[in-house]
Amino acid sequence: MRICKSMLALGVAALTVALSSNAYAGKADDTLNWASSREVAVVDPYYNNTRMLVIMGQMGWDGLVFRDIKSGEFKPLLAKSWEWSGDKAIEFELRDDVKFHDGTAFDADDVVYTLNHVSNKENGVLTYRNVSWIENAEKLGPHKVRVNLKKPFPPAFAYLANAVAMLPSGHYENVPKKPDGKKDYAAAKPVGTGPYKVAEIKAGEFVLMEKNDAYFADSPKGKPQIGKIRFRTIKEMNTGIAELLTGGLDWIWDVPKEQAERMGSHPSVTVENAKTFRVSYMAFDVLGQSGQEFFKDKRVRQAISHAIDRASISKNLVGPASVVIPSACHPDQFGCSQDVPTYAYDPAKAKALLKEAGYENGFEFDLYAYREREFTEAVIGDLAKIGVKAKLNFMQYRALRDVVRKGKTPINHMTWGSYSIPDVSAIVSNFFTHGPDDLTKDPQMKEFLNVADNSIDPAKRQEFYKKAFDRIASEAYWLPMFTYAKYYAWSKDLDFSPTPDEIPRFYATKWK
Amino acid sequence: MFYYALKRLGVAVLVAVTVSILSFSMVYLSGDPAVALAGEGASNEDIENVRRIYGFDQPIIFQYGNWLLQAVQGNLGHSNYLKSPVASVIFERLPTTMLLGACSLAFALLLAIPLGVVAAIRPNSIIDRIALSIAVVGQAMPSFWFALTMILWLGINWRLLPITGTESWMNFIMPSVALGYYLTPAVMRLTRAGMLEVLSSDYIRTARAKGLRPMTVLFKHALRNAIIPVVSLAAVQFGFMLGGSIVIETIFAINGLGYLAWESILRADVPMMQAIVLVLSVFYILLTFLADMLNAFLDPRIRVA
Repeated sequence: MRICKSMLALGVAALTVALSSNAYAGKADDTLNWASSREVAVVDPYYNNTRMLVIMGQMGWDGLVFRDIKSGEFKPLLAKSWEWSGDKAIEFELRDDVKFHDGTAFDADDVVYTLNHVSNKENGVLTYRNVSWIENAEKLGPHKVRVNLKKPFPPAFAYLANAVAMLPSGHYENVPKKPDGKKDYAAAKPVGTGPYKVAEIKAGEFVLMEKNDAYFADSPKGKPQIGKIRFRTIKEMNTGIAELLTGGLDWIWDVPKEQAERMGSHPSVTVENAKTFRVSYMAFDVLGQSGQEFFKDKRVRQAISHAIDRASISKNLVGPASVVIPSACHPDQFGCSQDVPTYAYDPAKAKALLKEAGYENGFEFDLYAYREREFTEAVIGDLAKIGVKAKLNFMQYRALRDVVRKGKTPINHMTWGSYSIPDVSAIVSNFFTHGPDDLTKDPQMKEFLNVADNSIDPAKRQEFYKKAFDRIASEAYWLPMFTYAKYYAWSKDLDFSPTPDEIPRFYATKWK
Repeated sequence: MFYYALKRLGVAVLVAVTVSILSFSMVYLSGDPAVALAGEGASNEDIENVRRIYGFDQPIIFQYGNWLLQAVQGNLGHSNYLKSPVASVIFERLPTTMLLGACSLAFALLLAIPLGVVAAIRPNSIIDRIALSIAVVGQAMPSFWFALTMILWLGINWRLLPITGTESWMNFIMPSVALGYYLTPAVMRLTRAGMLEVLSSDYIRTARAKGLRPMTVLFKHALRNAIIPVVSLAAVQFGFMLGGSIVIETIFAINGLGYLAWESILRADVPMMQAIVLVLSVFYILLTFLADMLNAFLDPRIRVA
């Protein structure tokens, strides 16, 4: 009996210790803990192009300009003002009161160094298209620079605001070398001017950022409110949800619909389905390169387009903020024309088109996909109803991209996030200007997009983008499916609002 | 004993060399490694340059010898993804996985051996049935489901234990139980079967006839012989736990070696995969060798044979 009592006492003591030492993060210690399934090994805005780094990039680094997500206006950030000099150069007057996280003052040398480094293709910036339009930068004075463009580039400001962060002069000079003798730029110590500075990194595990108390007062990003922001990798969504419910995390996203709906009633959590710039699409092997030549015939492509119930997938599987898109772009992007030929869900019409094309008894083909298997399986189910059997090849993105680029996919079901750039050039010009992702090689498309991409007249751009989208739809080169919507879930203690560009503004988030 | 140890050591070295050849050949599994390293859009000149710098233009035997020499000296290469020396990443994560494996093994042995002994003392009794039920549940229940159930009750509803991370010893309780429980049935059944066989043998009858205390007969004479196969099983399972804890490490967000292996496969980080295979295999071989030695120590018939 005495032994039993001792055991019980020991058990109670152990539980007390367990409860007392189970320190929960969050408002109490002024640390916002957020998690995602992706790992972060490199914290550099140019040598890591994952979504996590886009988010951290906005926290740790500033660009010359800032895009107001509500109004769509471009506002001064590190630049005080700017002026176009012809259609191939922009002159920027810079702020003279900004300091980097290491205490050095920001000036024209930093802008010139950054832009000349990243625009040099040999330096291997990962998403080179973000800076490929920059010819070089010149110093005009201690706080004045000219940015020369390779050609007229109308969405320059969208890129400058979202994807061109400023680094201190000489930032990449003393980095270690890789085994091939080249500099390992990804190993540079992260230093920026942003509202948060990188305090600690454990590759693949966590990134801790701390408030930059010296951040300039009148930044349109605002003064940072929360002391520390800690990113963690949690692969398993159930674990992430459990941590959110118990206070170990304050913010998660990509919550599956069913779980998000169940969590909605929990008193300590806010759940919201918000739209994103990511769109889902199906691209046809128009040229018949894959060896399965069904989709060379426009009528077959149109039949497939009529056979898929996109509204049902969008509503039932993606979420209420998702919408079906008629055009190969996101409705919130500049130049995204919605007034194009459409393909309503009509299995009877699809069957008639198949019959006309000589496939009355259907056919079998290989369908490639990499993301949200359930969406693609719904597509396969719809196709089966018109007698077309799709064999699913589900692959990792990296592997699938290579297969797509080699033209080996009869149909690929993919997604595109446009790097959160609010301009259609970030999507349509990537896929239809005879680049590696173009499966159509249509000279007419290239001609339309060449005009639209290189004109600085917004009306002319819109006119030619519309021609391009009309052609994509009428030829059924793509079947644009729907916009993605993400389920976000965050602690009730947090004053947070999702934004459609999939870049949570943690620097503007505060505790309630 | 010495000749037996030498013989087992020879076998272990041969297996290690075979594993090292297999690990080395992984770099060629995905085609030309120079093309893969040079990256997308690399010119022929770039590819040739990479081939020369990394020594892929050398005879394959020379490449293997050089790689093995570097590996023995602790240089396992450079991770393409994590941008760090492979050895430092592996040895940073190995202790976590080893600790998890050791805790899981300890849990499994502490639960399974007493259960097996009790079940063998009273075969076909209610205790035996209960022990058997525990074993059957452990074998039938998927570890991920068990882990999530524990998270639900111990982490969320009762808030007794932290769910993720490795900050304190409490972080290891749920993952160790989830991982170790899977091993419990095999150990329990092996202990029970061994004990039943030993308890019915002549020398135990003799020991009892000599008037030895039941506990002495049970633990000093019976268990020592019955436990021999358990030692081998435990050593092999510990090796399995080091590499096979991917699911548990993922669920509890533990940055261990199993998790790293899985991630490296997804990222096509060949130097990391090579090194993990090599390191885990060497551990496995070492553990098997140690189990053989322990078995030989416990049972003289093994070393004589």
